Amino acid sequence: MLFPASITLLLLAALLTPLAVRVFRTAAGWMLALLPVGLFAAFLTHSGAVANGGAVTWIRPWAPSLDLTLAFRLDGLSLLFALLITGIGALIIVYAGGYVDDARKRGRLLSFLFLFMAAMLGVVLADNLLLLFVFWEMTSIASFLLIGFYNEKEEARRSALQALLVTGLGGLALLAGFILLASIGGTSSISALLAGDHVAGNADLYVPTLLLILLGAFTKSAQVPFHFWLPGAMAAPAPVSAYLHSATMVKAGVYLLARLTPVLGGTVEWHYLLTLAGGATMVVGALLAGPQTDLKRLLAYSTVSALGMLVMLLGIGTELAVKAAMVFLVVHSLYKGALFMVAGAVDKATGMRDVRVLRGLQRLMPMTAVAAMLAALSMTGFPPLLGFIGKELMYEAKMQAPAASDFLLVAGVLANAVNIAVALITGIWPFTGTRAQAPEGSIRSGPALWVGALILGLGGLLLGLFPSLMGNVLIEPAARSVRAEQVDVSLALWHGINPVFLLSVLTVILGVLLFRLRGHMRRFAEWLQVPAVLLPAKLYDRFVDALPATAARLIAYVQTGYLRSYLFVILSAFVLLAVATVFPLREWPAVSATGTLPPAAVVVVLLIGTATVAVIASQTRLVAVTAIGLVGLGIALLYAMYSAPDLAITQILVETLTVVILLFVIRQLPHFKLLSSKKTQLRDAVIALLSGATMTLFALKAADMQLEHAISSFFGENSLVEAYGRNVVNVILVDFRAMDTLGEVTVLAVAAIGVYAMMKMRNGKKEEAR
Amino acid sequence: MNSLILQITARYLAPVILMASLVLLFRGHNYPGGGFIGGLLAASAFSLHALASGSEKAQRLLRVDPRSLLATGLLLAAVSTLPALLSGETWFTGQWMTVPLPLLGDFPLGTPLLFDVGVYVAVIGFTLTIVFVLTARDTEEDIR
Repeated sequence: MLFPASITLLLLAALLTPLAVRVFRTAAGWMLALLPVGLFAAFLTHSGAVANGGAVTWIRPWAPSLDLTLAFRLDGLSLLFALLITGIGALIIVYAGGYVDDARKRGRLLSFLFLFMAAMLGVVLADNLLLLFVFWEMTSIASFLLIGFYNEKEEARRSALQALLVTGLGGLALLAGFILLASIGGTSSISALLAGDHVAGNADLYVPTLLLILLGAFTKSAQVPFHFWLPGAMAAPAPVSAYLHSATMVKAGVYLLARLTPVLGGTVEWHYLLTLAGGATMVVGALLAGPQTDLKRLLAYSTVSALGMLVMLLGIGTELAVKAAMVFLVVHSLYKGALFMVAGAVDKATGMRDVRVLRGLQRLMPMTAVAAMLAALSMTGFPPLLGFIGKELMYEAKMQAPAASDFLLVAGVLANAVNIAVALITGIWPFTGTRAQAPEGSIRSGPALWVGALILGLGGLLLGLFPSLMGNVLIEPAARSVRAEQVDVSLALWHGINPVFLLSVLTVILGVLLFRLRGHMRRFAEWLQVPAVLLPAKLYDRFVDALPATAARLIAYVQTGYLRSYLFVILSAFVLLAVATVFPLREWPAVSATGTLPPAAVVVVLLIGTATVAVIASQTRLVAVTAIGLVGLGIALLYAMYSAPDLAITQILVETLTVVILLFVIRQLPHFKLLSSKKTQLRDAVIALLSGATMTLFALKAADMQLEHAISSFFGENSLVEAYGRNVVNVILVDFRAMDTLGEVTVLAVAAIGVYAMMKMRNGKKEEAR
Repeated sequence: MNSLILQITARYLAPVILMASLVLLFRGHNYPGGGFIGGLLAASAFSLHALASGSEKAQRLLRVDPRSLLATGLLLAAVSTLPALLSGETWFTGQWMTVPLPLLGDFPLGTPLLFDVGVYVAVIGFTLTIVFVLTARDTEEDIR
């Protein structure tokens, strides 16, 4: 019950947050953070069971015919992520509450953050591919809303759209991949796929499945060549960058890869694709970080690099590599979340983010400085922080990689050296020395702005000193989920002086050197940025620019704007398709079988016929509309005669409203004139007669057909028994086929919005013309 | 359009039509009627008012933006499909309980009714969104 409840509670929080902000005012962040703190504790209580190899599940059917169930499952991997999401989430909520001054905006930001938290929790808890996909898309939408939070800025809107398009495209591929995977495994239940011994690697469709799923994971986790949206996402407020674009959402792709490793992994394709993409991302991220001078951008590109490392480790896939990936996941979430929060606090206090100018901030914001240094030291991999353990494990995994270990090591050392330089530039340098210039604006660094970063920084220190705290409880069960076998995890801070330690020392020396020569590094990295690295972003721009023009051309071709041409197309398509369907049936309906009409019906039919002639012959629109209304009412009468009262009422109401609406519209049209040539009139007459004849034929044929199992008898028999209703038509609408009705009502909504927008735009244009 | 007869008729007819629409909505499960029909009828009450006294007055009578009605109706219909999940049944499965009413005996009450109310509200919202946007232009030009 915990899983659906946790997600529902978070969604409710998203709805009620604006209200909470009004009640609690500036304390809203602190109060609202209680929810994720509670969830964190609740998840923690399950850690014992999960560590012993158990898994907590909750299953309810959703749409069984689609193999879609509301299935949630908590195992080692899910637990690790769930704790990160709720734990860091709580700190971010506090931080966001203090970060945004405007009360209305604060409510909106917190609301979106809760929405995202619910979606992300859904992704890691879902035990059904389709359900996971639903939450996956929810994270994309939440991310769009959050990146575009400052929607008055053009850059924010552009970046939000870019992130949505890139991850949305990946999402589509992912859905296709999931469907293929479900068809290979015969189920869309993830735990069943993991438990089954059908290794997808042997399936015929393995390669397309893998490629599609990787496309989804790579776009989400900003792997080359889809890395470019992540730095753009830095247009979001700092709490968002700290939460979504470093600690959690971008790791959804990593989660997916880890989750599906037992099913999809272990093949040559898996190994090479992941190692290559991850390695390339690691290097490109480091390369792009080089020339940056903006605090947030530096951190963003180093995040790209870190995501590359994670994917690469999963690609190597050995026990050691998976272990390293899980540890580094925690390490990175802790220090990157903290550094982004620090960056936001610095930006707020000084009004700038240029690392060339920021200096001596430790006097201004001492607590933030402590947090920043702790996080930065963990990022450099300095003992005794957790980052040290992470880096040692990573080097060890690369050394023992089955292939190309030398290459991986060199790339790893280089990327890590750049990361160390970034850590020194962003976390240490601004908080040492003396201030070069007085900061502008007000300085209000309340505890909300540093408490989160400090907790994350201290967490890195604590877990570094006592690595066994999480080794057995979190890392081992998580690694076990990925490897699908027993994994021995005993984390230790000190392994003695060995090749791995020497590599660490070398990296630190290189990193410090890069930091000292950072002016040169910037120029060098700028020179190194060959077009190939920047190409994907340029291609994206060109694609997006070309899209509206192409769409406009297509629309100009398809949508003429003339009602008569639409009618022409619709009716002729109907005639052609209907004839093509009925013709092969050969047997034409026997007209005589319809029996004789009662005299009243004859009168009504004559009325309809006369009215139809009147419509055609009328010289004014008013007469035509009235006559059309008459036709409709005649049909309603027929319905009533043949005992279909619901249809009759509906028809009367629709006719009435149509006539009313037409009357309003007619008054704005120019005078009625006959502009069509004789030829067009003839063509239209033929189309009209043909479609009328086809419809008649269809109706007769339908009455003539003897189906073996008439569905109407099912509805008739079960209406009262199962749905407690005697009116079968209504029961079908609201119960048996309620999903169709819901779809239809949605169509109504879309149509209404369309009409509304069209009329408003027309009015707007008119205003301009005046 | 300024017809005194129509205005007076509309003033007395509109409440009656609205009541009738509610009756149609609630009896729909057993007799001809239902949310769609009821919604159309309710919308026609306001359309009649718009026809007689102008859309401004009809909009004031409605008090809420018809677009909000549309959204509310959709939400109600969608929410009514969820209780089934809580009781472990397939999404959309109707959930029923029997409410003992004085005089009337046991009265079955279920989520399909909520669904139908959603349809009712959404149909009103849909129709009136279109009617008002069309008539608003009309009155604007009449004034000019």
